[in-house]
Amino acid sequence: MNELGLWAIPIAVLGGAIRVSTPFLFVSLGEVLTERSGRINLGLEGTLVIGAMVGYAVAYLSGSPWLGVLAAAAAGSAFGLIHGLICSLPRVNDIAIGIAMMILGTGLAFYFGKPFVQPVAPDLPSIPLGWWSSIPQVEAALNVNVLFLIGAAAAFALWWMFKTTRIGLVIRVVGDSTDAARAMGLRPAVVRTLATMAGGAFAGVGGAYLSLFYPGSWNEGISSGQGLMAVALVIFARWNPVACFGAALLFGGAGALGPSLQSVGISQGYHLFFTAPYVLTLGVLIATSSTTRAMTGAPGELSITK
Amino acid sequence: MTVAGHTEKGAIGVETLHMTMRFGAFTALDDVSIRIEPGTFHALLGENGAGKSTLVKCMMGFYAATSGEMLVDGREALVPDPKAAHAMGLGMVYQHFTLVPSLTAAENLVISRTDVPNVIDWGKERTELAAFMARMPFQVPMDQPVRALAAGEKQKLEILKQLYLGRRFLILDEPTSVLTPDEADEVLGHVRQLCEAGEISVLMITHKFREVTAYADDVSVLRRGKLVGGGKVSELSHSDMAALMMGDAKLADPAPRTGIPGAPILELSGLKASDRSGLKDIVIDKLDVRGGEIVGIAGISGNGQMEMMEILTGQRPLSAGEIRVKDAPFGATRSDARLSCVRYLPEEPLQNACAPRMSVAENISFRTFDLNGKGTRFWLSGREMQGRASDLVAAFKVKTTSLDSPIQALSGGNVQRAVLARELSGDVDLLIISNPCFGLDFSAVAEIRARIMAARNGGAAVLLMSEDLDEIMELADRVMVMSEGKIAYETPISEADITQIGQFMGGHV
Repeated sequence: MNELGLWAIPIAVLGGAIRVSTPFLFVSLGEVLTERSGRINLGLEGTLVIGAMVGYAVAYLSGSPWLGVLAAAAAGSAFGLIHGLICSLPRVNDIAIGIAMMILGTGLAFYFGKPFVQPVAPDLPSIPLGWWSSIPQVEAALNVNVLFLIGAAAAFALWWMFKTTRIGLVIRVVGDSTDAARAMGLRPAVVRTLATMAGGAFAGVGGAYLSLFYPGSWNEGISSGQGLMAVALVIFARWNPVACFGAALLFGGAGALGPSLQSVGISQGYHLFFTAPYVLTLGVLIATSSTTRAMTGAPGELSITK
Repeated sequence: MTVAGHTEKGAIGVETLHMTMRFGAFTALDDVSIRIEPGTFHALLGENGAGKSTLVKCMMGFYAATSGEMLVDGREALVPDPKAAHAMGLGMVYQHFTLVPSLTAAENLVISRTDVPNVIDWGKERTELAAFMARMPFQVPMDQPVRALAAGEKQKLEILKQLYLGRRFLILDEPTSVLTPDEADEVLGHVRQLCEAGEISVLMITHKFREVTAYADDVSVLRRGKLVGGGKVSELSHSDMAALMMGDAKLADPAPRTGIPGAPILELSGLKASDRSGLKDIVIDKLDVRGGEIVGIAGISGNGQMEMMEILTGQRPLSAGEIRVKDAPFGATRSDARLSCVRYLPEEPLQNACAPRMSVAENISFRTFDLNGKGTRFWLSGREMQGRASDLVAAFKVKTTSLDSPIQALSGGNVQRAVLARELSGDVDLLIISNPCFGLDFSAVAEIRARIMAARNGGAAVLLMSEDLDEIMELADRVMVMSEGKIAYETPISEADITQIGQFMGGHV
C-alpha cells in the first residue's frame, strides 16, 4: 500500500480509462462510420491486429512511429476496401464476410509479424498533462497520448460531419434507406464501400496505438477482443460518435479495474476484475436488447436490426 | 390549334406519342398517346398490370420506351434517365415513401437537392426553407425526424419536396393509398389548388373513382397496355370509367348474406399489450365476434392493427387481459388453434403465413401434415399431402406451374388463394383476417371476398382488419374503428356512415 490509500484505485482507473480506451474509441468510431452507412464490419478485430502489426513494423523499419500510424491506417483501409467490395456483390452477407476478414487479418498479421516480435520500435509520444501534480500516480494517469486526443477530436468531428456536411447526410441516407438513396441518384454500394474503408482506417490506427503505445509491443496476444467489443459499444452508444467517446472511456475504465486493484495490493480474486470489460459487454447487450421492439436510432438498412 | 407549352407560373405540359414498351415477347404498353395540358390535373386509371406504372416509368426515364416520343413543354424531349427528367422539371411521388426516416424533414429536403454544398450552412438553409414554406398552401413540421410524422404529413412532404426541387410536372403514384379519406381530401385539395394556380401540372395514377371525379380535370384509362378511353372527367360517370377499366371481364357479384349471428365465438376482455415502439399500449376493453358475422376493424395502418393481429396469433405477449374462444381460454398455440378451429389469414401472406422457399404442396399442408385422422403421425405421407394439395389447388383455382414449385414463385393473388385454401379447409369456427386483398386485382379481390362471405354464411365468426374502408363496408356486419391502439368507434353496418368512420379513423373526434 502507498500513501494514497484507496484513492489510488480511482486515479489508476482514470489513467487506465484514458490509456485503455483509445483502441476502443478508434475501432468504435470506425464501426459507427461503417454502420451508419448500412453495413456491419465484424472484421475490425482483424483490422485492429493487422494495424498493430503493420504500424509496429513500419515504425521499426523507418524509425518514425507516425509513419507507422499512417501505414496502419492505410492497411486498415485496404482491409475495409476488400470487405466493402465483397459485400457489394449480390447476396453476400456482411456479417459472414466480416468474420472471414477477422480470421484473415489475425492470420496474416501473425504470419508477417513473426520477425517483429523481438525488435523494439519507437513509441508514440505522450503529453504530460499531470505536470501540476507532485503525486507520481496522478502524473502517470494524466500522461495522455496524442492519439487519444486525436480520437476525442475525431469523435466530435464525426458528430459534426453527420449533422452538417453533405457527405455526412449522404452516409445517413444510404444507411437508412437504400430505396431513398437510389431515388436520389446516389450509389449505395459505393458510399458503403468508402465508409467501410474509412472505418477500416480508424481501426488500423487503433491497432497502431496498441503496438506503439500501450502495451507498446507487438506480439500475438496484442488484442484482447477490443475489435469485437467495439461493435457492442457502438450499439450501446446508439450510433452516436460522441456517445462512443463516453462509452469507450467506460469500457477502458472497466478494463483498468483489474490492474489498478492489483497495484494497490488487492490480489484476492483480482483475476475476476480482469473480466470486467467482457461482463460489461454482456450486460450492455442484455440491457439494451428487447424481444418486442426494434432498436431506436439504428440505421434502417443494418442487417442486424432488420 | 397550338397551345402554349406552359403556364405563366411555370407548370409545363407533357404529351406522349405512340409510346410502346415491350419486354421480350410481352407488350406492356401498346401505342399509348396521352396529353396533359399545362396546369391541369390528369388521372390515369387502370387495373393492376394495365401498364400505368410502365407508362410513367417510360416518361421518367426509368425505362427506355421501345418506340414512341414524348413532348415536354411543347418540344420533343429525350429522357434517357431520371436525371434528365428531373432537369426538365418532371418529378414523381412514389407509392412508397422515399423519404429517409431518421432524417428530419429539413434534412430530407436539403439533401435531395443536386447542388448541396459540402458544408451545409443550416442557418441560411433554414431561412430559405422558411421563405419557401411561406409560399406553400400547406405546412409540415421541419425539425422532426420523418419517422415521427403521420402518413398524411409524409405524403405532403413528398409533394413539397418535388416543388422545392423546382419540378413543374408531377406524377403521383396512388398518392392516397396510405391516407385516411380526410387526409386524402386535404392533400389532393392542395394539389388541385396548385394546379389551378398554374404552378404545376399533375398526372395521378389511381383506381379510386371518387378521387378522379372530385379532383381531376381529365382522365385516361389503360387496359392491358392499351389506351381504351378517356376525356373530360365532367363528361364521364363512374360506371363509364368502370366499364372502360374492366372491359368485358365479369366480376363475381358480392355474395349474399344469409343466416343470423349465433353465439359469441371470440371474446376479448381487458387486453393490454405494448406496441411496436414499446412506448404506447394497445388496449382492447371488450370485443366479441359471434358465429355467422363479420366484424370489420377499420383504421389507418400503424394504429395498432398489426399488433392486434400479433396478439391474436400469439406473437405478441399480453400484459393483461384474456382471449377466449368458444368459452375457453385461448393461448394461440398451434394445438389451441386446431382444437378450437381458429384459422388465420395475415397480411402479406408470403412473409407471414408461408415458408417462401418450400413448395406449394408443403405450404398447403402446414395445418395437416402431422395429423393422421384424430391422432398425430411421425412419418409424413407425401402422397396424402400431394393429393390434398392438388384437390385444394383445383378448388381454389391457384395458378401454379406445379405443386412442387416454391410458393414464392406464385403471384400475390395466387399466394393469397393458396393460403386461403389451407385456412378454409376443414372446420372453421373463427377466421381472423388482415388486409386480405392488398395489392390484388379486381377479379382476385372479388373472389376472395366471396370466399370470406361464404365462410361467414357457413356459420364462422370472422374478424376482418382492413385499411380498405370499401372492403369493410362491403363485408362487415359490424364496423369498428381502431385508432391509436384503441377501438374508438363501433356501429352496425346498417347505421355506418363513411364520413363519420373516416373522422374516427383520423382521430379527429
